[in-house]
Amino acid sequence: MDRNNPYLPIPMRLVKNFTETEDKLIHTFTLEFVNKEDEENFKYMPGQFAELMVYGKGEAPFGIASSPTEPGILKFSVAKVGVVSTALHLLEEGSIVGVRGPLGNWYPVEDLKGKNIVIIGGGFAFTTLRSTIEYLLDPARRGDYGDLTVIYGARNPGLLLYKDELKKWSERDDINLVTTIDRPVEGWTGRTGFIPAVVKEEAPSAENTVCIICGPPVMIKFTQPVLEELGFTPEQIIMSLEMRMKCGLGMCGRCNIGSKYVCKDGPVFTLAQLKKLPNEY
Amino acid sequence: MIIKKSEIAGLLDQLAKEYRVYAPVDENGNIAFKAIKEGAEAKLGENSKKPPKEILFPQSEELFNYSVNQEGLRMDSKVDDTKSVAIGLRPCDAKSIMLLDNVFSNDQYQDVYYLARRDNTVIVSLGCNRPSGTCFCTSVNSGPFDTDGSDVLLTDIGEAYLVEAITEQGKELVGKLNLPEADAEAKALAEKAKASATVASEVDLAGLKEKLDGMFTHEYWDKLHEKCIGCAACTYLCPTCHCFDIEDDAKDCEGCRVRNWDACMFPLFTLHGSGHNPRTSGKERFRQRVMHKFNYFVDRYNATACVGCGRCIKNCPVNMDIRQVLAEIKAQDTGSEVG
Repeated sequence: MDRNNPYLPIPMRLVKNFTETEDKLIHTFTLEFVNKEDEENFKYMPGQFAELMVYGKGEAPFGIASSPTEPGILKFSVAKVGVVSTALHLLEEGSIVGVRGPLGNWYPVEDLKGKNIVIIGGGFAFTTLRSTIEYLLDPARRGDYGDLTVIYGARNPGLLLYKDELKKWSERDDINLVTTIDRPVEGWTGRTGFIPAVVKEEAPSAENTVCIICGPPVMIKFTQPVLEELGFTPEQIIMSLEMRMKCGLGMCGRCNIGSKYVCKDGPVFTLAQLKKLPNEY
Repeated sequence: MIIKKSEIAGLLDQLAKEYRVYAPVDENGNIAFKAIKEGAEAKLGENSKKPPKEILFPQSEELFNYSVNQEGLRMDSKVDDTKSVAIGLRPCDAKSIMLLDNVFSNDQYQDVYYLARRDNTVIVSLGCNRPSGTCFCTSVNSGPFDTDGSDVLLTDIGEAYLVEAITEQGKELVGKLNLPEADAEAKALAEKAKASATVASEVDLAGLKEKLDGMFTHEYWDKLHEKCIGCAACTYLCPTCHCFDIEDDAKDCEGCRVRNWDACMFPLFTLHGSGHNPRTSGKERFRQRVMHKFNYFVDRYNATACVGCGRCIKNCPVNMDIRQVLAEIKAQDTGSEVG
């Protein structure tokens, strides 16, 4: 197969189709490379995405939820909303799927060395943030970064993703993990309240800090002023955008915001970069 | 060198032995570029209704075919690298290929399907002695005898065409044809044709890009789009529009992946899986089309994505005229608005 052709997916085997949330709408898929050569060539960073193909149904873009520090596999957490995602949900373990990528840019983890990092996530947009947290917590890298704060919210406990990881992270003393749900629920021992309010309470210092935020547009809209009050400048706020994408290569023309293509120039942008673009996303 | 018009069909037959030959042909009353079987099919005198971009970027093409089962996967892709000659493109259309090159060959990714055709196709264009009333090529850095994007330029001198090889590929092709040298009279006729070709309409693009920089939220777009019916004829018939869709044409686990022309004028073009659509109405979509061609493309590739061929004007069912739109944009008061 011609590896110089960016339209050709590589074959991967679905080794785990895991129902992630209580409402069963989000599954996490763990894929293994079929060919060793493909595994060696698939070099990615937290924040990148890939086109996931179900043979016979088509392909769709999803953020990569695994971290490059978890070799041999790729993870994707996918909500059941369309033709491809529904077909994925129904796939049996052992099935072959196609993966095209990695695509897009990534969270600038190299530039963040020496800085404190605040990660804010809401709903199931937490996928590439899982990748980022795992990457930052890697023993070989953790020392490169300062304080790590993670504020993660969902409507109710059953909708939180990655419960095993949340438990594991909460037991570490080199990460400040704050989980929150919208309304009180019996048995819930974490925080209650919407993300903007929790961010205000936690009040992370903006000094030498960068905030990575990913979630529903309404969450971002109301969290942004809180961050600004805390002293975060647009250069210190990093976001990942969602857009309808097809080629993922900056050619098919549908994911542009002004002169930028989200699939190629993004999906990661600083708020400072976004402020220079038309508000069309 | 010259080619007598009466000998064109024979020469194309000769070329067809070595190359696939694309030429404008009559397809159910519409002129389009197709691979011809016989030289006599070529209708060089008429410009095509469909743009020649389909030579390098077909309206629908298979990217690969596949079958998969539990044991494994079979996937076949074939790029089309057939040695080809495309004859009869107008200079504006030849120039459009230079613009498409920017898109399909970027710093990170190469579109192997487009580039295989591009690298293996010699472009023989035909200058415009009589530009149409909807042409405005001279306003967008082109002209009826512009050689940008052409390997060979033909000039109609009555009974014959004057032949000028522009590039090395063009010289190689012309060298194979053993054409007679042009005499002084033929050269004079060609000069006269070039001098007398008049492009009737003009659009003043000076300052347009900067104007559009400050017009994203301008009220001008509110009214402009109202008569547009969103048929996307303008985009399908535009030689520089390149948006596409990718679909699987498959049954169970066997089929092929196909890419098809698509258009920013369609409401579903940017519809997210979540139901959110950043371009909800015709206003956002029409603005996108204008902005992409005259603002975003300039930012990205330092060129306007329009060659002034006039097809979007000639074929718009509601008489939307891009020349008028651009003139109106230039006349708008944008105050101190930014972005």
